[in-house]
Amino acid sequence: MKMSQSHQQPALSKCPGCDEPPAAGDLFCGACGYDLSAVPARPGDRPTMAITVPPAAPEAPAAPVASAGQAAPAASGAEAVRWPAATETDSSDVPAPVHRPSDLPGTDSGGRPLAEQEQVQGPGAAAGQGAPVGPGPEPVGGPEPSAVPVRHDDRAEPGGAEHSGDFALAAPDPRTAEHAAAAAAPTAGGKVCVACRSGRVDPDGYCENCGHAQPRERDHMEQELGSVAAVSDRGLRHHRNEDSFAVSSTALPDGSPAVVAIVCDGVSSASRPDEASAAAANAANESLLASLPRGTHPQQAMHEAIVAASEAVNALAQEPAGAMEHDAHRHQNAPACTLVGAVMAGELLIVGWVGDSRVYWVPEDRSRPTARLTEDDSWAAQMVAAGLMNEAEAYADERAHAITGWLGADAYELEPHTAAFKPDRPGLVVVCTDGLWNYAESAEEMAAAVPADAQEHPLRGAQVLVGHALDGGGHDNVTVALLPFAVRPQGAGSACETV
Amino acid sequence: MANFSKSQVPQFSVEVYQNAFLPEGGREVNAIVTVTSTGGGTTGGIPLADAAPAYGAGQGPGAAVVLMVDCSGSMDYPPTKMRNARDATAAAIDTLREGTQFAVVAGTHVAKDVYPGNGRLAIADAQTKAQAKEALRKLSAGGGTAIGTWLRLADRLLNSADVAIRHGILLTDGRNEHESPEDLRAALDSCAGRFTCDARGVGTDWEVKEVTGVAAALLGTADIVADPSGLAADFTRMMENAMGKEVADVSLRLWTPVGVEIRFVKQVAPTVADLTARRTEANARAGDYPTGSWGDESRDYHVCVLVPEAGIGQEMLAARVSLILPDPSGAGTPQTLSQGLVRAVWTDDMVASTSINPQVAHYTGQAELAQVIQQGLDARKSGDFDGATAKLGRAVQLASASGNQDTAKLLSKVVDVVDAATGTVRLKAKVAEADEMTLETRSTKTVRVKK
Repeated sequence: MKMSQSHQQPALSKCPGCDEPPAAGDLFCGACGYDLSAVPARPGDRPTMAITVPPAAPEAPAAPVASAGQAAPAASGAEAVRWPAATETDSSDVPAPVHRPSDLPGTDSGGRPLAEQEQVQGPGAAAGQGAPVGPGPEPVGGPEPSAVPVRHDDRAEPGGAEHSGDFALAAPDPRTAEHAAAAAAPTAGGKVCVACRSGRVDPDGYCENCGHAQPRERDHMEQELGSVAAVSDRGLRHHRNEDSFAVSSTALPDGSPAVVAIVCDGVSSASRPDEASAAAANAANESLLASLPRGTHPQQAMHEAIVAASEAVNALAQEPAGAMEHDAHRHQNAPACTLVGAVMAGELLIVGWVGDSRVYWVPEDRSRPTARLTEDDSWAAQMVAAGLMNEAEAYADERAHAITGWLGADAYELEPHTAAFKPDRPGLVVVCTDGLWNYAESAEEMAAAVPADAQEHPLRGAQVLVGHALDGGGHDNVTVALLPFAVRPQGAGSACETV
Repeated sequence: MANFSKSQVPQFSVEVYQNAFLPEGGREVNAIVTVTSTGGGTTGGIPLADAAPAYGAGQGPGAAVVLMVDCSGSMDYPPTKMRNARDATAAAIDTLREGTQFAVVAGTHVAKDVYPGNGRLAIADAQTKAQAKEALRKLSAGGGTAIGTWLRLADRLLNSADVAIRHGILLTDGRNEHESPEDLRAALDSCAGRFTCDARGVGTDWEVKEVTGVAAALLGTADIVADPSGLAADFTRMMENAMGKEVADVSLRLWTPVGVEIRFVKQVAPTVADLTARRTEANARAGDYPTGSWGDESRDYHVCVLVPEAGIGQEMLAARVSLILPDPSGAGTPQTLSQGLVRAVWTDDMVASTSINPQVAHYTGQAELAQVIQQGLDARKSGDFDGATAKLGRAVQLASASGNQDTAKLLSKVVDVVDAATGTVRLKAKVAEADEMTLETRSTKTVRVKK
């Protein structure tokens, strides 16, 4: 994914002063003269644990106009040259050094936070009040009319991934490399290149014959831990895997097990996105492993984990970028990533997220409704939530994948979303990056892609889902974690409930 | 392998500036490689007495210098030229570090070593310096000019000494009229890699391409000293520079994988010098480009290679740039001082693949600047004034845009600048010969981009 932080004019569907609809591009209300660029901020952030406060209806749904990134100003990269004794011309018309638009730090004109989309119902809420999980949590509280920083996801159009060139690499699989090395390793030490199969691999990770980059450890990662499994893959169109995940299990104070899965997607237009996603996944995981056994409420623990992950990513911005190779046009961007996590603790299922990585619920009984449990921090989601576009229109737009929330030092205000659910029947929790859900967007499509026996064999299920994304073109890194949710035989209630 | 004490060798660092991202089907990879040598055994202004012991016993003093002074008949017109040349040479001798080996060659249509005169080098101390200056006084002008013979004698003298740094300083005031261009070429070919040489033209009767050709072939600097009275200062500076050199025969080694084509390798700062044709094969995948000797300094190189096409998402090493030092014993594996990687990554992100690295853009402009000045002056000489105006106008535009003040100043003595931004110029009707020669000689000087 890539990002651009754009200046945005809030476009309002009605004037906050007199409720008249303003014309497009109006800075002041035509009816009452209300300054539309200065819509007052909503009252402060609500803590995640606040009890049954349905978020106030927004004053007006926003239509964040993703304006084009401003052109780089003609920076004077060199001194003006003075020409003696000629005409009066004193030139300083200097070609600007190349900047990507995203190098320019965007400014948040309004400085207001995004709308809350959290299911902020506390655990103390009366049982039965929770809405049954229908087609995903209803977005409550539309996006706020404010300047929204945006990152664009560079999903390419799905299509066959052609391989051209002499040494086309398939989606690298470490096993391939090992086979090749075993087959043709007469020389002492040193692996053999997976591309040309004749050169040895130098210490930098490139073939000393054909120069091709060798599969890295992160290109394909799998982990199975008791009842939870995760698979991450580089995909077919990106040169490295910028996704990361962490899965773990621990015990609550009462001795019952708790299972954690965190999935992060590095923002590739920022610097060192791979480091950002790894740092975030690890920090969130560590935070949960520390707080859950202490008895912290899982939803609060998830909130704290996202904050911890954010701090870990922020800390990366202070470190100098990699030593000798200079990648000038990426220097300015602080490392950034998305995060999505799921915790199974007792009969609770907690999800938390920032960005556009998702959680789906796929019940074991496929005849029952499936659901998406997260609401993207993305342009398209905001359009749909605000009722300005239907889902098909919004996702067809090139701005669809611009994300409006992320972890990183350049994020304007961290807004961790968390939600708690109490499933009443067994099912599978699918935690994934957009590298997967781009190929199975709706809950029904996702359920169709999940193999029938995934509940019993989550690792194989995760492998199948990654395969589904690669078959679709593998345009992005793909990461998926599967958590089979078992229900202890005591449940009442007729549907999967939020609590 | 010989024990090559680290303390003698400056620390070399290699930094690579590039945009590694290529669009689908993209093949050309450009990178600016900045090489900086610092510290190590540099004397850094410490008196020689302390620095000398750094050289191992048996290796002798570190450096040898031969001064080649034009003594052709034209040096007497005006007579101040010969006098200034003598004074400048004396000043250079005064700058010699104690213990440095040196000799003075008087050049005409033949070469004669006037000091010490025994076919060997003298070792600099108070006495030998005084003797050398005494010998200079006896120099008189008369005869022709055959620079190739001077260089061959300098080569014989320099290679009689067992030293690390071998350097020549050549002063001429006239055209190389008493030998064929082929003879000079052959002499340069035989001397290349055996010593480095700075070349200076005094007055305005010499041929710019001859002097710059000597400096380019022997990895030294070239310049004009239009006013003979400026010679002493220039010679002193040149000698100080030569005395600052710490390590010789450094090569830039370029490793490229199978199927990668090298388009060019150029030094782009402090001056533009195309090294592409100077490659010597090191092994099947690597070649060496000579860079001469190094003191405390920094130089930039532009490497351009064509890689085989690869699909989106692929990554490869397009080139590995390293600095190597031959094993001083002459055999064995060379020492790698430092290295950097030039990469290629194919992406469907158009923003990433279409941006040009600012360093690459800057030096592409500087190389074009040197080229259009040369072409413009050639066109002017051949009477093609429209062509000259166009080329020099472009040069004005480039110099202005890149902030190359020195070149801009020189250009303004040859053309009237109407609008620098668009490169609109008029050729000056009258141009001092010295100004035109200065522009031509210094056209390859570049400025560095701010980092």
